Parts: sequence; C-alpha cells; structure tokens
Amino acid sequence: MSEREIAVRMSGVCKSYQRGSQNVPVLEDINFEIASGEFLALMGPSGSGKSTLLNLLAGIDKADSGIITVGNCNITSLDDSELADWRAANVGFIFQFYNLIPVLTAFENIELPLLLTGLTRRERREHVLAALEVVSLTDRMDHRPSQLSGGQQQRVAIARAIITDPAILVADEPTGDLDRVSAGEIMDLMDHMVSDFGKTIIMVTHDPRAAEKAHVVRHLEKGILMES
Amino acid sequence: MKIPISYSLRNLWTRRMTTLMTVAGMALVVFVFAATLMLTDGLQKTLVETGSPDNVVVIRKGSQSEVQSGIERLQASIITGQPEIAIGSDGSRMIAREMVVLINLPKRGSNKPANVVIRGIDSHSLALRPQVKLIEGRMPRAGSAEIIAGSSVARRFQGTGIGEHLRFGMREWTVVGIFEAGTTGFNSEVWGDADQLMQAFRRPVYSSLLFRLSDVGSFSKLKERLEGDPRLTVEAKLEPRFYLDQSEVMAKFLRILGITLTLIFSLGAIIGAMITMYAAVANRVSEIGTLRAIGFQRSSIMIAFLSEALLLGLLGGITGLAAASFMQLITISTMNWQTFSELAFSFSLTPATIIQSLGFSLVMGFTGGFIPAVRASRMSIVDALRGS
Repeated sequence: MSEREIAVRMSGVCKSYQRGSQNVPVLEDINFEIASGEFLALMGPSGSGKSTLLNLLAGIDKADSGIITVGNCNITSLDDSELADWRAANVGFIFQFYNLIPVLTAFENIELPLLLTGLTRRERREHVLAALEVVSLTDRMDHRPSQLSGGQQQRVAIARAIITDPAILVADEPTGDLDRVSAGEIMDLMDHMVSDFGKTIIMVTHDPRAAEKAHVVRHLEKGILMES
Repeated sequence: MKIPISYSLRNLWTRRMTTLMTVAGMALVVFVFAATLMLTDGLQKTLVETGSPDNVVVIRKGSQSEVQSGIERLQASIITGQPEIAIGSDGSRMIAREMVVLINLPKRGSNKPANVVIRGIDSHSLALRPQVKLIEGRMPRAGSAEIIAGSSVARRFQGTGIGEHLRFGMREWTVVGIFEAGTTGFNSEVWGDADQLMQAFRRPVYSSLLFRLSDVGSFSKLKERLEGDPRLTVEAKLEPRFYLDQSEVMAKFLRILGITLTLIFSLGAIIGAMITMYAAVANRVSEIGTLRAIGFQRSSIMIAFLSEALLLGLLGGITGLAAASFMQLITISTMNWQTFSELAFSFSLTPATIIQSLGFSLVMGFTGGFIPAVRASRMSIVDALRGS
C-alpha cells in the first residue's frame, strides 16, 4: 500500500479509562492502516473497544499514547478547538440512533455541517438538494425526524455525513436500529458512497450481513486488534 | 458560525408548557419592576408637568414646600420690582402672590378624610399656568368666598362639585367652577381668592411667589441677586425643578420599595429559568454530543443555550411589559409626603422604562441560563453521545 493511498494510520495507540481508582485499559498498542476508498468493518464482542477505536480516529476522543494520522494530519497533536474544525471538514458521522436534531427538518439537519463552512445560503441549499437526491429523500426534505421512518432517518443522517464531502465516514452500528429491509438499503447506500464517491468508511457493527459489504473486516478482542 | 437561532426558538416551542410557566414567572417579576418604574415616572411626570419652564417659584429659604414657606408682603413687593419679570398684556408684571394651606376633606363614597391643598390665587395665577383650563362654571370673583376645584378633587371629595359648599377657615365657600389641569398636580387642588383665604386662615404672609421670566437665560443672575439680598430670606427655583424636588422623597421611597420587592421576586424567577434550562440541557445531551461531533465549537453550544435562556427572558419581559402597560389606565391617589396633600396621578410608561424592563428580563434570563449553558458546552462528546 503506497503512502498516498493511506486514509487513516494508527501507530501504537493505547487508551484506558479511569473507573474510580482503577485504570481500565480499553485499547492496547493498536497499529493499523486504512487505505483511501476502503470500506472497513470493525467487529468484536461488546466491550472489546470497537467504538472507542472509532471515536479516536474520528477525533471525538483522545488517545493516551500513540499517533493517529488521517490524511496528512496528525490529529493527536490537535487541541480541542482545532479538532472541532478538523472534524467539521474531514469526518462524516453515522450513528446507530441517527442522532438527528428533532426540532429541525430533514433539510435543516443535512444543512447543519454546512453552517460551519463559508458557503452562502444559496450554495448551501444547492448542496443539500444534491445530497437529498443521493439518498432519494427530496420529497421528504421538509419533514421532521419524527415524521420519518427509521430507514429514512438514517438516510438523512448519511446525507448529513457526506454533505461537506469529508475524507472519511465513521459509522457506529448504522443498521443496529433498523429492520432487515431498511438495513439492506442503508448498506447499499454506504456501498454506493464507497464505489461511486470514493469515500473511506470505517464501520463498527455486530451484524455479519452488514459486514459482508465491507472490503476488509477486522476483529477486536479485549482491546487488541486481531490479524485479518 | 453559530447554531441557528431557529434551533433555540423551536426547542422553546417544543417544550411550550415549561416555557410558558417560566415566561409567566419572569413576566410577573417584570410586571412588578415595570409597574414600580411607571409609578415613580407617573408621580414625577405629574409633578414636573405641573411646572412651566419659564416660571420661577420663590419660597422661604430652607422650606421644603409651599406649605412650610412664608414670604412677607414687603419682601413680595421687593421681588415684584425685579426687572427680569415679564410684563403681561395688561402692562403689569406677571407675578402671582399665592398662599397655600392644607385642609381635611372627606372622600366621596368612603367618607375617609384626606388632605387637600387650598391655594389662594391672584389675577395672574391662571395666566401663569396655561395648562389649567376652566372646564365648568366660572372663576371666583375677587373679594368673595368663592372657590374653584380641580377635576380630580371634584371627582373624589365631598362638597367639591359645582354649586356645592365647603366649610373651612370659619367660613362657608361655594364652588363656582371646575378646572382641568391635564396630568399636573393642580388637579388635586382647590383655588380661591388669596386675600380672602389669608383673612380666613389669619395668615399675614404669602406662601410663595410665582412669576414668569421675560428671558429664561436671566434666571441664574436673578436667583443669585434674590438669594443674596439681605432683605430677603428666599430661595428661587425654576418651576419644573421646584416640583421635581417636591416629588423626590416619595419617588425615592417608591423606587427603593419596588426595586427591593422586584429583586426578591427575581431570585425566584432566575431559579425557575435555571431549572428550565438545566432540564433543557439534560433532555438534549445526545443533541449536544452530535453537534459537537459534527464540528460545532463549545462556544457555539454555549451561545445556543444562552440564546434560549435570553429568549425566555425576552418573552417574559415583553409579556410583563404588555401587562404593565394596562396600568396606564389606572389613576391612583396618595399622600405626597413632601406637601402632606393628596395627589392623584397615573402610571406612566416611558421608553426608559421599556428599555430598563427588557434589560432586566434579559439579565434574569442570562443569569438563569449561564450555568446550564456552561455545563452543556463542557460536556465530553463521547459521554454526551453515550447519553443517547
């Protein structure tokens, strides 16, 4: 794998949490690379550290040691405010429970990350309409999350994740709250993001059917990344 | 860029019952605050408007009011001769030598007694007060036991209607006219011939002199001369200043009482706003996590929640002010402690009161929302997302 193609690199990453007076290690000496345009599925039992690993490379949590590089940026050297700016430009989030803002419409939810860019109102509208087209929800743009099905909400979340054209998409159990049909549709859509838009996706899942869509599946066991 | 204000507005609307209760609490406090200011402003407006800007009132030095003052006839003559005093259309100096006493009259309906100012006037008194208009009957004839009553007195006190009789100063006086003086304090007075009233009350001295300046710019020079004249022991004030001083004690009392009450109430409203905002933060932990994850800074989260608290305050302020504005329809009467006379006045809503009340409501919103907003902005993203 050439240097140019690497989207994410983790070197010697360790993470532990403090529980009372006890130090509980969650991730131990994690080393791995994800190529640009790759769809990676992280699997493992509950408590194995999958979500923690995802949080670290998405820049919403900080490693105790080690280096995480996304693109050309060493995100472990960024402070809190710089990380926020970095996330806004480089990471798209897809959550298990969609995490849409209930008081905003589908259009406004998708538009949220664009408020952090310098785009004009008209430009933002054009971008949102294009994203709605991609997730086939143009006719639902004025609906609130409570007026949409689970599958539709997750599609809105995907549109929100891709709206700023980020380098990586991180998905934490994206099908965990969906029925089989909706889950299939969401996985097709994520596959479409990789094949047609060249996105790099790192997905945490318990669902073997969802993992089937990934190019690479890695397993975590008690904080240690198993060889694929 | 900050989180759009529509996010805060819609969240308030979503929790409309909680919002309504919090706004109602704040509105009540703003109502009391605004009403207090309106009361003080109404009192001062009534007394200040009582005076004309080019009129000068002269009273005995050290007197707090006309009732306590006394100016001898010789002193009055010296003052009448001052060249700064304007000449009237009849060729005489526009100066009124007046006497003021207090009498006790029973109120209509309740029969409860209250003090009323009796003012002895002379031929220039009406001309010096253009805001005073005779609305019914006629002026009292010089040398007679006739009086005219201010419309506020005529409405509220027994025996002060036109054609009715009052007994004071060991004489019976007939009401021959009713005058209207707008929102000024003269509405709460009874006027009669100064010489007749001085005889009736056996008072050899005038209470005050009122005159018009031919040039207002000459006042300071005239004041200096009159107050420095060894034959005179008087104090000269422009009429609006004189009446403003008259209202000071009562206005200060009302202001201190009202603001103390308001501050006590406001603590309750601030705690209410704080509880509301804490609940808002607790209910939206996952939203906070999501917004932070997609790149909004801590400051944006803080501003969004503070905006919500400020909107609560603003809504409370507008509601409280709207309710308080109806107080303008009410006229109240009370004792003016400076003159010991009954004074009727209305609540007055001024632009300053509107600004102060809205400012106060925003301060309440800010104070109530600050700590919850800080808490929201300091949440760890991972913990907040786990909250979902």
